[in-house]
Amino acid sequence: MNLDLSRLTAGRIRDAVASREVSAMELVEASYARIGALEERVHAFNQLTREIALRAAERVDSMVAEGAGLPPLAGVPVAFKDNMNVVGTNTTCSARILADHASVYDCTAVGRMLAAGALPIGKCNMDEFAFGSSTENSAFGPTHNPWDLDRVPGGSSGGSAAAVSAGMVTIALGSDTGGSIRQPGALTGTVAMKPTYGRVSRYGLVAFASSLDQIGPFTKTVEECAQALNAICGWDPMDATSVRRPEEDFTASLREGARGLRVGVVRDMLSAEGLAPDVRSQVLAAADTFAELGAEVGEVDLPHAKYGLDAYYIIGPAEASSNLARFDGIRYGYRVSDPNDVVDLYMRSRAEGFGAESIRRIMIGTYALSAGYYEAYYGQAQKVRTLIIEDFARAFERFDVLLTPTSPTVAFRIGEKADDPLQMYLSDVYTIPANLAGIPGVSIPCGLSEGLPVGLQILGPHFSESTVLRAAAAFEEARPFDVVPPLVGELAA
Amino acid sequence: MAISEEQVRHVALLARLALTDEQVRVLAGQLSTILDHVETIQELNLAGVLPTAHALAVTNAQRPDEVVPGLSQEQALRNAPKQRDGYFVIPRIAGADGDLAV
Repeated sequence: MNLDLSRLTAGRIRDAVASREVSAMELVEASYARIGALEERVHAFNQLTREIALRAAERVDSMVAEGAGLPPLAGVPVAFKDNMNVVGTNTTCSARILADHASVYDCTAVGRMLAAGALPIGKCNMDEFAFGSSTENSAFGPTHNPWDLDRVPGGSSGGSAAAVSAGMVTIALGSDTGGSIRQPGALTGTVAMKPTYGRVSRYGLVAFASSLDQIGPFTKTVEECAQALNAICGWDPMDATSVRRPEEDFTASLREGARGLRVGVVRDMLSAEGLAPDVRSQVLAAADTFAELGAEVGEVDLPHAKYGLDAYYIIGPAEASSNLARFDGIRYGYRVSDPNDVVDLYMRSRAEGFGAESIRRIMIGTYALSAGYYEAYYGQAQKVRTLIIEDFARAFERFDVLLTPTSPTVAFRIGEKADDPLQMYLSDVYTIPANLAGIPGVSIPCGLSEGLPVGLQILGPHFSESTVLRAAAAFEEARPFDVVPPLVGELAA
Repeated sequence: MAISEEQVRHVALLARLALTDEQVRVLAGQLSTILDHVETIQELNLAGVLPTAHALAVTNAQRPDEVVPGLSQEQALRNAPKQRDGYFVIPRIAGADGDLAV
């Protein structure tokens, strides 16, 4: 069996492990061999977890030896964004303030992946505390896009996206607060999904904005995305906002096609300023594909979605400034060595431990919540959030799913937006509304522009993951994305 | 809306961040630009619109009230910057400067 992970799906891997064509141990080595060949140029990982991966592989291989039934992701190499706690690793959030932070418990989503037989290969680089859209805001240096090493992989889950895109692992988990899974998915040509808020427990995920954060997968195919969701979704007594729903098999409707599906193209997003003409035309071409597949394609406006970015850059930092108050140098994290008193300890530990973007978000959030400004900023933003939810509700009366670009542009150059925070924030203009409304969305590759992947975003109402993935699978079948990053092609040759 | 350096210093104290003069200067400009942008929401008529704190209204999210093991003392102290006899060690609080300043 050829162990080129860039060509193997999770299903193929599990079957090969079950039939003893390959051992889980060999898959661990195959994953690290690719990482050894590419990581120096990509920098997808903060930490490799060989010991833990080998123990997981041993468990899978002994199940095979005993002839026991294998769990659904048995032998599948996976990686986790470095804001998810995994016992035996440091969970750093790519931040100096947590550089030495040892996990003392497992994130629920991580535990569920391990219970499904997955092999944990490492912890992925990210924008510090998930603040960013390029993975440049990492205290450990940027991740490079496998499609063009001079460009960003998107962010904040850029390491996870790059690891899957480069074929280092089969599935990677990220977290999405304003687009941090879908936007890097678009920029790296991967399938990247944010489930409905509450589908996946946030226990053990270091909090950014608790009313927006959601964990989800990066994969190469829609089917693997559904399989990953099957593993990680479900109620968790440790997260009061996780939802109690009957278990669903998200792979069940993947073959149902797009015939009869009501597909709405979000018209006002396609006329938004800053949208690259090539991205626009590829999204319109995707809509044509759905029409050819027998979907009922129409147009719809989301008139308040354009205010989403502004509401988000109040709500997100407001929640973040509260959540990050816990990093005070007392119970964990960096502490200055010579504090005069406790306030001095807080103030200097935080200023030295946080990077520039974290400081910026904490400052925006603290300002927006401070006396005299709370109602004008946070109060208003919460009302805008209501209007955006109502826009979506109206759109979903007429349509089963909505199509938008995932990102206004393809991957940009490292450093290009580093000095202009506002321009960076605008990268998330199409993904943010789904977080504010709590709805699911997937980004799938829909073509190339100047050799770089373009992402199509498919959105659906709360708990419609099966329909969203059915639409994505139909599109993928009609327009397979079978190009690989030059780096991956080079390695295969 | 222009944010003054004095306002930046006040917010930094609220946020417990010891910023340098250079950081204060840069942040005053950046926060002004960002807040100018987000202020576009002020153009909306939001009278009568109810605020949303959570997109999904989950109510009465309770779990069975059963005693289960939590973190051990050792685990809880695992990442403490300084500890002694099972406690976190911190410098004195009473009379700390910032206490009086806020």
